Amino acid sequence: MIEVRNISKSFGDKVILKDVSGVFEKGKPNLIIGASGTGKSVLLKCIVGLVRPDEGTVIYDGRSFFDGDRNTKTEIRREIGMLFQGGALFDSKNVEENVRFPLDILTTMPREERIDRVNFCLKRVGLENANKKMPSELSGGMKKRVGIARAIVNNPNYLFCDEPNSGLDPQTSIVIDELIQDISEDYNITTIVVTHDMNSVMGIGEKILFIYKGMKLWEGNKDEITHSGVQELDDFVFANKVMGSLRGK
Amino acid sequence: MVREIGKYFIFLGHLFTNRETFKTYYKLTLDECVSIGIGSILLVALVSTFMGAVTTVQTAFNMVSPLIPNYVISQVVREMTVLELAPTIIAIIYAGKVGTGMAGGLGTMRITEQIDALEVMGINSISYLVLPKVVASMLMYPLLVIVAGVCALLGGYLVGTITGIISPNDYVYGIRYTFNEFTITFALIKSIVFAFLVASISSYKGYYTQGGALEVGISSTQAVTNSVIAVLLADYLLAQLLLSK
Repeated sequence: MIEVRNISKSFGDKVILKDVSGVFEKGKPNLIIGASGTGKSVLLKCIVGLVRPDEGTVIYDGRSFFDGDRNTKTEIRREIGMLFQGGALFDSKNVEENVRFPLDILTTMPREERIDRVNFCLKRVGLENANKKMPSELSGGMKKRVGIARAIVNNPNYLFCDEPNSGLDPQTSIVIDELIQDISEDYNITTIVVTHDMNSVMGIGEKILFIYKGMKLWEGNKDEITHSGVQELDDFVFANKVMGSLRGK
Repeated sequence: MVREIGKYFIFLGHLFTNRETFKTYYKLTLDECVSIGIGSILLVALVSTFMGAVTTVQTAFNMVSPLIPNYVISQVVREMTVLELAPTIIAIIYAGKVGTGMAGGLGTMRITEQIDALEVMGINSISYLVLPKVVASMLMYPLLVIVAGVCALLGGYLVGTITGIISPNDYVYGIRYTFNEFTITFALIKSIVFAFLVASISSYKGYYTQGGALEVGISSTQAVTNSVIAVLLADYLLAQLLLSK
């Protein structure tokens, strides 16, 4: 479980996050949603420690990330897997080397075992025969899947996904969403997904946090989201034409 | 300015803290050595050969007095090459080739979130990415300077003898005449310092790139200009420290 307590962050005079709190549970995807520029990605970066918040803290299963010493931070980070918006695959390494990278650097696992683990993860994301391909040879969806394989290769306790569906067609988006959901449930890990894709919200949104202008305005699940009674959330949800037509009904 | 210098020194501090295993750096450093050394040797050889040739022709052109013996031409070429042209001018070319590569590579890694990916894994990205570049640079640049020195003297010899400016015997005599070995030591000390400055400043500029492709280009340009200024400043300081009587 990850607990975010009273996170605030400003860049210069611009306030990005204001006193955001929330609890993200184990074994299911937790979604952070909101329009572009509302501070979702900054919140995610604060949670994983890439950005230090001005105020507030993040607790990983009882361990405070920002108040802990360097060893605690390193320990927590080595339990994290993250899928970045563009995949963030290392250009100079092929798919296998990219996925194997965390094992090469962070473990003392024998080489054969590492390769077996890489093959298992690539199979899990449906990329059995892509080991020797370079990132430049992959499509957007394949890059995301390799990113997921790399994120789970080290058996993380926490999985973070920043806009996993951006730039993908609806069908591939559903595949990625289902993959994230299955991985969260199968390995019982705490997963946080940042998205503004309503398909994802309605598909895997078992716990949703709505961010509006840097503040948490609403918390609930996909069944409650269409009748939240929060005007800003309604505007966001029903901006989608399909959702809008459902509202009409 | 002061803030930037402070940030640079903090960046240098991170090179040596929270490092990965020696084995990890060993392979990365070897890869960088190949990239820096093999990738630059042709350009260095070409530039220094012409530099030596031009220096010979221009020195001969300025030798107007018949009282000055011909071997002074190669003596001047030797001193200029060893003391200044090989370590310093090649450092400027090195900053343009290797420095921009380092800044551009790291800048691209930054804007495509590859550096963030390393950080999230709990890896000290500065140490992992930059330390091998700095070490490889400090190992390879002195070798490139030696190659540059040899090529410059050879270029001078070829042009001087082929065009009849100086006889082969005079050229070799001048190269050896009143030779002070310390100038080689001085050139190598300079080359190690310059290699460190170019690699660390270029990496620093690339690592802290913010924005997109345009900013990567700006970082690469800044990497070269800042490295060249630092090299020239260090050149003067080292000359003052090690050569002044």
